[in-house]
Amino acid sequence: MQKTYTYRQFPYVRSAEQAAGETKRHPVVVVGAGPIGLTMALDLAFHGQSVVVLDDNNTVSIGSRAVCYAKRPLEIWDRLGCAAPMVEKGVSWKVGKVFFRDQLSYQFDLLPEADHKLPAMINLQQYYLEEMLVARCQSNPLIDLRWKHKVIALAQAGDHVRLAVETPDGAFDMEAGWLIACDGANSDIRGMVGAAFTGQFFQDRFLIADVVMKAGFPTERWFWFDPPFHPGQSVLLHKQSDNVWRIDFQLGWDADPEEEKKPERVLPRIRAMLGAKTEFELEWVSIYQFACRRIDKFRHERVLFAGDSAHQVSPFGARGANTGVQDADNLAWKLALVMRGHAPLALIDSYDAERAYAADDNLLNSTRSTDFITPKNGASRIYRDAVLDLARDHPFARPLLNSGRLSTPTPYRQSPLNTPDADDFDGGVAPGTNAPDAPVEIDGKAGWLLNVLGDGCFTLLTFGAPPEPREISCGDIAVKVLAVGRDLVDGKGLLAVRYAGAPGTTYLLRPDQHVAARWRTFDEVAVRAAVARAIGR
Amino acid sequence: MALNTTPNIANPDGFYEELIGSQRDLADDEAARMNARLVLLLANHIGDRRVLSEAIRLAREMGGAALPQG
Repeated sequence: MQKTYTYRQFPYVRSAEQAAGETKRHPVVVVGAGPIGLTMALDLAFHGQSVVVLDDNNTVSIGSRAVCYAKRPLEIWDRLGCAAPMVEKGVSWKVGKVFFRDQLSYQFDLLPEADHKLPAMINLQQYYLEEMLVARCQSNPLIDLRWKHKVIALAQAGDHVRLAVETPDGAFDMEAGWLIACDGANSDIRGMVGAAFTGQFFQDRFLIADVVMKAGFPTERWFWFDPPFHPGQSVLLHKQSDNVWRIDFQLGWDADPEEEKKPERVLPRIRAMLGAKTEFELEWVSIYQFACRRIDKFRHERVLFAGDSAHQVSPFGARGANTGVQDADNLAWKLALVMRGHAPLALIDSYDAERAYAADDNLLNSTRSTDFITPKNGASRIYRDAVLDLARDHPFARPLLNSGRLSTPTPYRQSPLNTPDADDFDGGVAPGTNAPDAPVEIDGKAGWLLNVLGDGCFTLLTFGAPPEPREISCGDIAVKVLAVGRDLVDGKGLLAVRYAGAPGTTYLLRPDQHVAARWRTFDEVAVRAAVARAIGR
Repeated sequence: MALNTTPNIANPDGFYEELIGSQRDLADDEAARMNARLVLLLANHIGDRRVLSEAIRLAREMGGAALPQG
């Protein structure tokens, strides 16, 4: 059926350890070579950590699946050196239209804030994204990517995990100092450690289809509530690359997935939606079902969970892959420091504190969208329809209309790694928040702040007269001093605006480009204390 | 500002007449839809989340049911 993409089969290679029949201890094993597992491996390697990735399959995602990638994940991938081809291949959109029954309810233009390196979001089929990440992993000598390796048993063993792994050559044993489960919503690893995966939450089914269209549709996001061609449900139309359009038909929980997938059911739906004159070809169709759930703890002794294995949300707002990539961003530097003996185990536990908090925030947002899109009783439906009616003519109702909120990073406001503000800040970037990008000049050349902050160290960003030291050593941690005016130039003045930077203003940034602490004057003693806190001491 | 529950509408009889008059010829479901639009218009005008929360709680409890927790 697929015409625009050919799935490569990655070769299975028998590992030396299986061939030799020896049980080898690996520092880190990642299970699952999807977007999150691959990003996790790249980020660990970025921090100098070797890693083995096991995947039970040997190809990339079948069908478009996750479609929309937001700015923060793109920034993370940019730090890992792989965002450029994604942005180039992906499709950017700005205009969104919301229809209610047969009428346009309202239309919006995202107009993202100017002067950021990366766009607010791109649409890209998941197979392209994975292909790019796989290529990056394969060219990295620290990453050992193994296809057709399925974990079939797991036992916690104090300072490591014992694994039984099945390959086309049979089963063998491995040991891992840490195991990171990135094996998706139906995670086998989660079952093996006996973790709970629960939530209040709803269940729904979607028919998702990739359709190739010859022409005629603008690059916009169209969302329908209760359209004539699919009464009582919602429909989303999104452009991807290669003129492939993604259509999501909400079906409700009672739909029969096998029945709904049949072409004789799918084609009339799409034809009714696009109109009889639109030529299209069906590339891929699938039924997607979800429940909103989260794992009890992100760390179970030596097993860590990231991505959908740890949290599953509704598709509205593109929160699944986007939040999973941020899990990797959060965990990789921590694990690397702890394994090198530069930080205590408590740093690993801050992964749960920060990312479980973010997962809850995502669940809350996706729950709110779902409650709007799928009203749970007659009264809710009446309010929902009232919002849609009012939105047509009255701007006040438009912010209430919720067809999915774009995924934005959750600031770690209560993180134990933060040093709370002691000085007065009106604006700027609060501790626990990811650093906003800004255009800067380095050695007379135009560049971006996040690229300067992208070397995986702790960094002190200072405004005004540069402090004496160029680097501050805090035990095993070296903090690089980056002085605005000396090391980079704030030509447009946007750095000062976004960071509320005045002479003396000093920010301590973590390796994942999040603010750990900030002050109005540089004080080396305070910096040392904040670094100690930010590594869990 | 707290929710004002003291009389605040000039010509109360006239207002009440206008309110019910606006729905006299509507079926119950049409009136329910109109009421939802009315609530949203007024809520936006008030804007103050504390006042709105108090009004929601009061209206719900008058019906004999406490708000669900959480």
